[in-house]
Amino acid sequence: MLETLHNLAIGFSVALSPPVLLYAFVGCVIGTLVGVLPGVGPLAGISLLLPATFGMDATRAIVMLAGIYYGAMYGGSTTSILMRIPGEAASVMTCIDGYAMARKGRAGAALAIAAVGSYVAGSASVIGLMLLAPPLAAFALRFGPPEYFALLLFGLLVLAYMSSGSMLKSLAMAALGLLLGMVGIDQMSGYFRFAYGVVELGDGLGVVPVAVGLFGVAEILATAGQPVPPKVIEPRLRELLPSRTEWRQSVGPIGRGTVLGFLVGIIPGSAHIISSFVSYALERKLSKHPEQFGHGAVAGVAGPESANNSATSGAFVPMLALGVPSGPIPAVMLAAMMVHGVSPGPLLIRQQPELFWGFIASMYVGNLVLLILNLPLVGIFVNLLRVPYPYLYPAILAFSILGVYAVNGSVVDVWIMLGMGVLGYVLRKLDFETAPIVLGVVLAPMIELALRQSLAMSDGHYAIFFQRPIAATLLVVAAGMMLLSLRTFIRRGLDWRARMALAEKGES
Amino acid sequence: MLTVDRVAGASLALVALFVLWESRTLPLGSLANPGPAYMPVLLAVLLLVGGIAIAALGGPTPPLTSLAFPEWRHALAIFLACAFAALALERLGYRLTVLLVLLFLLGVVERKRPVATVVFAVAFATGTYLLFDTLLRVPLPRGPFGM
Repeated sequence: MLETLHNLAIGFSVALSPPVLLYAFVGCVIGTLVGVLPGVGPLAGISLLLPATFGMDATRAIVMLAGIYYGAMYGGSTTSILMRIPGEAASVMTCIDGYAMARKGRAGAALAIAAVGSYVAGSASVIGLMLLAPPLAAFALRFGPPEYFALLLFGLLVLAYMSSGSMLKSLAMAALGLLLGMVGIDQMSGYFRFAYGVVELGDGLGVVPVAVGLFGVAEILATAGQPVPPKVIEPRLRELLPSRTEWRQSVGPIGRGTVLGFLVGIIPGSAHIISSFVSYALERKLSKHPEQFGHGAVAGVAGPESANNSATSGAFVPMLALGVPSGPIPAVMLAAMMVHGVSPGPLLIRQQPELFWGFIASMYVGNLVLLILNLPLVGIFVNLLRVPYPYLYPAILAFSILGVYAVNGSVVDVWIMLGMGVLGYVLRKLDFETAPIVLGVVLAPMIELALRQSLAMSDGHYAIFFQRPIAATLLVVAAGMMLLSLRTFIRRGLDWRARMALAEKGES
Repeated sequence: MLTVDRVAGASLALVALFVLWESRTLPLGSLANPGPAYMPVLLAVLLLVGGIAIAALGGPTPPLTSLAFPEWRHALAIFLACAFAALALERLGYRLTVLLVLLFLLGVVERKRPVATVVFAVAFATGTYLLFDTLLRVPLPRGPFGM
């Protein structure tokens, strides 16, 4: 414990240095803007700003990108409450009761509860990250190729299980993502695979063009022609203080949302989206007045908002300690770290303690910056939504082209982004999730290397995965989830994933 | 009847068959020493099985004709604008390419007033160039006359 506090002190000395503080602030502001703008989201925001960090040292760059991530989580709640438009996917549940509160004239109180809940959850979950990541990293030093293969496979299966909608479709998308990740030079034999003479494809499909195409461009293709968004409800500054009753009603949901969000965040999958859904369901179940949900229940805002911010920190645990991203956003963060020469994994904490602990301390600072920034400046951020969408989407598109091109200075990446945009647009129409594709592209080289090394170690016997306890446990848990999913399929009832899909479509 | 999932499943199966066909030129290796085609073939087989399963179970999903594309004109215009950007970026330079893309999207697709369109496009193209290339030192392509 003393060692942790000592390390944290080192971290704060890094995080509170003026340049790092400035980058944390800039990251939070950009993140909030990204979260407020419908259709951009943290994934596209981090991808677009990645090239701008190339000239910075690794700590500043990573602190700024992390600021964008949790800033977007904060910003997303603003549009949900004031316009019933989720700025990013995790804010879907906040739309329901947040907007209902706004229509009752309690927009300011809803924003304040969301901001305070996010702050408490964000800060508390960093403690969890701080305490859990180092022992997990030490444990992961025992991992060999079979354990890594089992862990990566487990991650993909959990993502498929946790995704709303059909698990079969999600698994097919994960397989498609892994196949896309096979493009390029084979790391073990040096063969060019599926590159068709395009030299730039030697390094494979970059995660940034794939992510920006599937999420950013696909969103623009699908929404550009639609009618303009509804009117914004304007909160007055003096309305920002919730009443005593509202505070009292929000304490429990914030606490529960924090714990729940962190635990869900550690599990691979679209953690922040799932955590807000599960938190909403839990609060409705625990409430003495479940009938108030959907009509402006304070717990319906406090719980999900706390949970999705807490999940943000939780998602960093496997990424920092094991080097395994638990979803598309940590995957892009992982790619960003690698660009800066940082390899997250069991050795990171030991070899670059100032980076790891500086990052942890900057999360405390970032959460405070967001609290100070979001409440008084909410009016300014909301003004951004007054920019008509016909002006906004061409600008977002130009930013996407700029960001994707700048990563490698290659137009091939712009073509990949466009191709992925069309694929994402078609898949949306066909009701397929695209997140497993991004995770598949990122995990493909790791999973292939682990599988081939494991088979070489065992002289071609797949039994190696069941002879090693950690690998066997992970695979048995994954198989259990598959069976659970089959049970729901056989009964043909609505399980929690199907209900989440309905909620995302606004049919709850 | 052609339903959404039947078509989607069949398309995924076709992608898998294409990968299997393309993998024939790569060495498969053995179980003890898997070659570069091993993983793609394994994944393609899984995708093939998944595609067939989605198609087989896709009977109760909505018919393909129920898919609506009311935004297709916008989507096509955006696609063409992006394709133009990819072709022109290194030939015309960042500023000129983005200027033309914005003029097309705002002036032709969205039919905004000419003055507003030109002001927005010029300000955006030069402003982002200044911010990213000059201030943040992200190298962006220059076109004719150093534009």
